[in-house]
Amino acid sequence: MAEIEKDAISGRETTGHEWDGIKELNTPLPRWWLYTFYVSIIWSIGYWIVYPAWPTLSGYTEGVIGYSSRAELTKELEARDESRMVWTDKFSALSVEEISKDSELLNYAMAGGRAIFAENCAPCHGASGSGISSYPVLADDDWLWGGAVGDIYTTISYGIRSTHDDARLGEMPNFGDDMLSGSQISDVAEYVLSLSGGATDNTSAERGTEVFAEECAGCHGENGEGMQSMGAPRLSDGIWIYGKSKQNIMSQIGAPKHGVMPAWVDRLDDVSIKQVSVYVHSLGGGQ
Amino acid sequence: MNQAIAVPTYNDEVVRKFVIAASFWGIVGFSVGILIAFQLAYPVLNLDLEWTSFGRLRPVHTSAVVFAFGGNILIGSSLYIVQRTSRVTLFGGPTLANMVFWGYQIFIVMAALGYVLGVTQSKEYAEPEWYADIWLTVIWVMYLVVFAGTLVTRKESHIYVANWFFLAFIITVAMLHIVNNVALPVSWMGAKSYIAWAGVRDAMTQWWYGHNAVGFFLTAGFLGMMYYFIPKQANRPVYSYRLSVIHFWAITFLYVWAGPHHLHYTALPDWAQTLGMTFSIMLWMPSWGGMINGIMTLSGAWDKLRTDPVLRFLVTSVGFYGMSTFEGPLMAIKVVNSLSHYTDWTIGHVHSAALGWNALVSFGALYFLVPKLWNRERLYSLRLANLHFWFATMGIVLYITSMWISGIMQGLMWRTYDALGFLQYSFIETVEAMHPYYVIRATGGVLFLIGALIMVYNLWMTAHGKTRDEEPIALAPSASSAGN
Repeated sequence: MAEIEKDAISGRETTGHEWDGIKELNTPLPRWWLYTFYVSIIWSIGYWIVYPAWPTLSGYTEGVIGYSSRAELTKELEARDESRMVWTDKFSALSVEEISKDSELLNYAMAGGRAIFAENCAPCHGASGSGISSYPVLADDDWLWGGAVGDIYTTISYGIRSTHDDARLGEMPNFGDDMLSGSQISDVAEYVLSLSGGATDNTSAERGTEVFAEECAGCHGENGEGMQSMGAPRLSDGIWIYGKSKQNIMSQIGAPKHGVMPAWVDRLDDVSIKQVSVYVHSLGGGQ
Repeated sequence: MNQAIAVPTYNDEVVRKFVIAASFWGIVGFSVGILIAFQLAYPVLNLDLEWTSFGRLRPVHTSAVVFAFGGNILIGSSLYIVQRTSRVTLFGGPTLANMVFWGYQIFIVMAALGYVLGVTQSKEYAEPEWYADIWLTVIWVMYLVVFAGTLVTRKESHIYVANWFFLAFIITVAMLHIVNNVALPVSWMGAKSYIAWAGVRDAMTQWWYGHNAVGFFLTAGFLGMMYYFIPKQANRPVYSYRLSVIHFWAITFLYVWAGPHHLHYTALPDWAQTLGMTFSIMLWMPSWGGMINGIMTLSGAWDKLRTDPVLRFLVTSVGFYGMSTFEGPLMAIKVVNSLSHYTDWTIGHVHSAALGWNALVSFGALYFLVPKLWNRERLYSLRLANLHFWFATMGIVLYITSMWISGIMQGLMWRTYDALGFLQYSFIETVEAMHPYYVIRATGGVLFLIGALIMVYNLWMTAHGKTRDEEPIALAPSASSAGN
């Protein structure tokens, strides 16, 4: 080879090659770079000794401290359960009514219920039970299936029109299906609106009175006061699940929607259901 | 260049096509990215149509930027570089090269059409179904033949470092693509197939693929570009040949082990998680070897950064590369990962690398290539390139800082307990809290796109032989007279 070429600016030797005008300097590895690299390798080897690391033919090297992420998780969950035991034991033993009367347990149920509600219930019932269109508001005193804490506990446990055997059942009949004519539906909708002072056509509402008495009063009550044992909503309070316009009410008479509440016994443990029942009861006007 | 040997005629025709395709897909990919960023902030923009929903457009974005924009500039520049550093034209002649180009574009369109229509095998960054996978395999082998054939027939005694990286990129991506996509189609006439791997093995294979797509597509391949364009643009020799040898082999050996860090605290066995984490840590310095070689190549030419926006793109990209390759090993440490995983921090990390490193080095490469490929003396406008630089940098800063804040906040909110031991925040509360950062992120994306549009205009005018009547970029008069 010819004599070694040096870069004029850095004074470094080049490798003597050139590609499309590009040369390379023969600079040694930066020391700090090399030593940091060594340290990262040594650290890794140390980590392999301590923790599970290398697969073998029949298993893996388990490490000197016997670490297992699964065991660690189990331990953390047990510790959590243990710290809660002082409360959860009482929750298991007592009824929701008894829990709501004990101020200490109530406090605990509110904290736990809020977290459970936000994760499980808020998607339909809104943050703090403020409701979403087509799903009931829980922060008022209008209860479809009863607002006592025991009623709420039953509703949450088994659901409404859910697949559970003990679900609350009750269905608005489809009056558009040969039971009422279009004009009758219109009239009775006017009458229903008049119960909360919202009618726009009093003569039509007047005509609807008779239909209401025959077809609707059986479940919704003579004055539209509702019937909680059937889940029939009160119609006189201006609170509407499926909208307050006449058109909304007519479609709920002529082609009703039937919302479904899941049975939470299948998803939450009893202590959690009790907590969230107490929480929901507190939101608006529990009875 | 004072070589007496005649310079052969290079195939620049196909490189021109790749450059045009990269510019086109870049704009498409950035635009879809902005759309889905705004969808996260304002869900109404999903338009309630299945074809425009986030779930379908997200892979359009990722594939468009990584494989269409990144892939085209990678293949294009690798073919440009391998010819010049081997002093020989492309192996297989223009036909084979053109087949690689058009075959690759067909793959992109096939993949994107599938995503929008809901055809996916639901593997991240490997969403295309079996028919597109087979097609890509054939095209990729042709690309390997062109590239390796050119190297074999080279007129230089040694293989230039950029070409080591390109070869590692091509071979490893082929291996990853094939193993991760082994699947049995339900029927030969239908799009649906089932992957051969099941359960945690599938997860491990997927992230072995996913992480090394980052390692060999977005790192090794782009380092190949860096190793040519920086010394050329700075007109300085590569800082250290020895460093390039050591860090090349270290990256190639270590990167393939790091995938399990995507599966910390899952059903993946602890020993595999340990290996993923430790190899990620050991990868830190080898990754930084590329940064050192890129930045230190400027020794003796630092002043050029003041006047040359193209060099500024290239060097800043290496800076972002260094930052991301520090952040990556950090996030691979299990305790850090337990906070960062599944949060926007990951998204911020990915984009500091994708926007800061991959896109900026690609922009630098495009600004370098277009005047050469179209035989123009210079760019249409250096000032517009400079403007692009600042739009892009501002966009990146907005993007990554908002995602850092949003991601760490999200991770902390998830693990906050109240005094009685209940979770303080519900999931939806964390989503609400992230909203402002989603808006900032999308705004960063808009700035980034504006910059890219300025670039496309600049390149278009350059290709048409125009030069903008403008003041040269120089130091402020007082500073320059006082200084040098």
